[in-house]
Amino acid sequence: MAIQDLLWVENLTKYFPIERGLLRRNVGQVKAVEGVSFVLKEGETLGLVGESGCGKSTLARVILRLLPPTDGSIFFEGINILTLKSGEMQRLRKRLQIIFQDPYGSLNPRHTIESIVGEPLSIHKLAKGKERKDCIVELLRLVGLEESSLVRYPHEFSGGQRQRIGIARALATRPKFIVADEPVSSLDVSIAAQIINLLKDLQERLKLSYLFISHDLRAVKHISDRVAVMYLGKIVELAKKEEIYALPKHPYTKALLEAIPTLDPVIKRRRFILSGDLPDPADPPPGCPFHPRCKEVKSHCKEIKPSLREISLDHLVACHGVV
Amino acid sequence: MTRSPTRIALERLRRHPLAILGGVILFLLYLSAIFADFIAPYHYDHESRMNSYNPPTRLHFFDEEGRFHLRPFIYPYSYEFDKFYQRVYKEDRTRPYPLKLLCKGDEYRLLGIFKTNYHLFGVDEGARFYLLGADSRGRDLFSRLLYGGRVSLSIGLVGCLITFILGMTIGGISGYLGGKVDNLIMRLCEMVMMIPGFYLMLALRAAFPPELSSVQVYLLIVVILSFIGWAGMARVVRGMVLSIRETEFVLAARAQGVKDLSIIFRHILPNLLSYVIVSLTLSIPGYILGESALSLLGLGIQDPHASWGNLLAEAMNIAQIKFHPWILTPGLFIFVTVMAFNFLGDGLRDAFDPKAIAGRVRF
Repeated sequence: MAIQDLLWVENLTKYFPIERGLLRRNVGQVKAVEGVSFVLKEGETLGLVGESGCGKSTLARVILRLLPPTDGSIFFEGINILTLKSGEMQRLRKRLQIIFQDPYGSLNPRHTIESIVGEPLSIHKLAKGKERKDCIVELLRLVGLEESSLVRYPHEFSGGQRQRIGIARALATRPKFIVADEPVSSLDVSIAAQIINLLKDLQERLKLSYLFISHDLRAVKHISDRVAVMYLGKIVELAKKEEIYALPKHPYTKALLEAIPTLDPVIKRRRFILSGDLPDPADPPPGCPFHPRCKEVKSHCKEIKPSLREISLDHLVACHGVV
Repeated sequence: MTRSPTRIALERLRRHPLAILGGVILFLLYLSAIFADFIAPYHYDHESRMNSYNPPTRLHFFDEEGRFHLRPFIYPYSYEFDKFYQRVYKEDRTRPYPLKLLCKGDEYRLLGIFKTNYHLFGVDEGARFYLLGADSRGRDLFSRLLYGGRVSLSIGLVGCLITFILGMTIGGISGYLGGKVDNLIMRLCEMVMMIPGFYLMLALRAAFPPELSSVQVYLLIVVILSFIGWAGMARVVRGMVLSIRETEFVLAARAQGVKDLSIIFRHILPNLLSYVIVSLTLSIPGYILGESALSLLGLGIQDPHASWGNLLAEAMNIAQIKFHPWILTPGLFIFVTVMAFNFLGDGLRDAFDPKAIAGRVRF
């Protein structure tokens, strides 16, 4: 682990047990996240893409210890956060924050903006009284909201404004690392662009690191330094942004990139559209999890699980077909 | 101009005429119960055997000579027996008794503090003013209704409050902790809910000695009704806590490091408030009816104390209803109260959340 590595995730695994019947018999497991490892450097943005249900949000929640992992370890600034006692974790929480997907569900409808943005300040005893209020106003300005928002309630704001409030709340404790869990997927395109630009701007000013989760490849391209592609709980490809968009190696990554809407009719005709659904994560296919949908499938793909290996500098792929 | 969710709800409520009507009726009823001893012309146990089943007293504005009097007056009633030895009441027109505002009568303590004997209205000694007729022992039904309202109306509130404290606490714990505790509490709830409410009520009452003071009986009824009601409440609260626990604003609070207790009290329970207020309003009639049912069967409030249930007990005989139809008025009061609570509850439900379906506490 290098000095500049802020977050270091190794073999992170999260299974949800499936319980049936009166006695809650354990009849299986949903393998939401399976053996995920990656490193996040300081000031860097790692994009995480994948279909709905591939375990992106679960991964985010496990990293923030909102869900207990089944296996694996997470080091934040060299500290294994999974072994921390709850009090120590509580103190550490101000350094890692999260922005949620749903700008409607992530703000308590019964609290004013002042109390929503000010709550982390009070919990971590960062400021109180006049100082607290000044701090809240400053945070709101930082995300482009007026001071008059203080006494208002979430329902009085638009989706984009609410997302700004969510960002202000996440910034309140001056974190180093923010997980952005699909922050723009419920916003329309122009608002989404504003929010992404805001996040980029804040990153420069406050030296933040992001784990940016999205299924919108264009948004990820815009903000990320490196991109990880997730399929069925596993990372299948991880590389620098320029490389992954120009020279995708994994068939799934290729399919995702080809699915980006385009106006060019020539490209449109060449396009390969991914068919079929994501397999049931409780019963993943043997071998490579992607083989039932892969157009480059070979016989051994159905039996042997491919492991993530480095095929060129900082480019990792989990596919038998890539040499 | 900023408006909190509660304020928006109250503004919406203002545009709901039936709910306003219900609210006004309830306000008047509760007011009359609080000031029962002032408004009632007689004490609830002030009897006059000579006036058994005296019909409602007629108010007169014109005297024998046909002269108009601004102040209404009444004549005392006397009776003869008909051939079935049934009393037939008739006005005795020899001396009129004018109706007086702030008339002196039975002594009482206003609001339990000031000793006084002034009543809102009444007539001088010598005649009895029966606004809604008299019962078998010649007690004024109107006065007894007001006193009875104290028991019947307050049992609804107190019973509900206890149920909600129990239901919120138990349901909240069950939903928040989850797992084995949740499973155990929910099975217990189902066991309580499985027994038909009315039988449980009778069985619980039967488990206590029949000779209890009226205060003890009152408390006993409250406890019995709450014991039956908490299970349904706890189940609904548990479900709502379960769903709110998973919302992103609770996750956000956890990500910020807010402590569990603070999450329950600052983030989860306030979001149940609208449901609680609506459900509270809609379930109060259940308590009023429960008390009435117990008292009607003679298991609740005992004579001479009045409650709407035991007043109605006199109307259990069809012959009584035929000859003295006014003894049914307690039923009318129960009906109006239940309706008013339902109107208000429906209005509150619409006001708080136009999409919500509020549950009721079952009996």
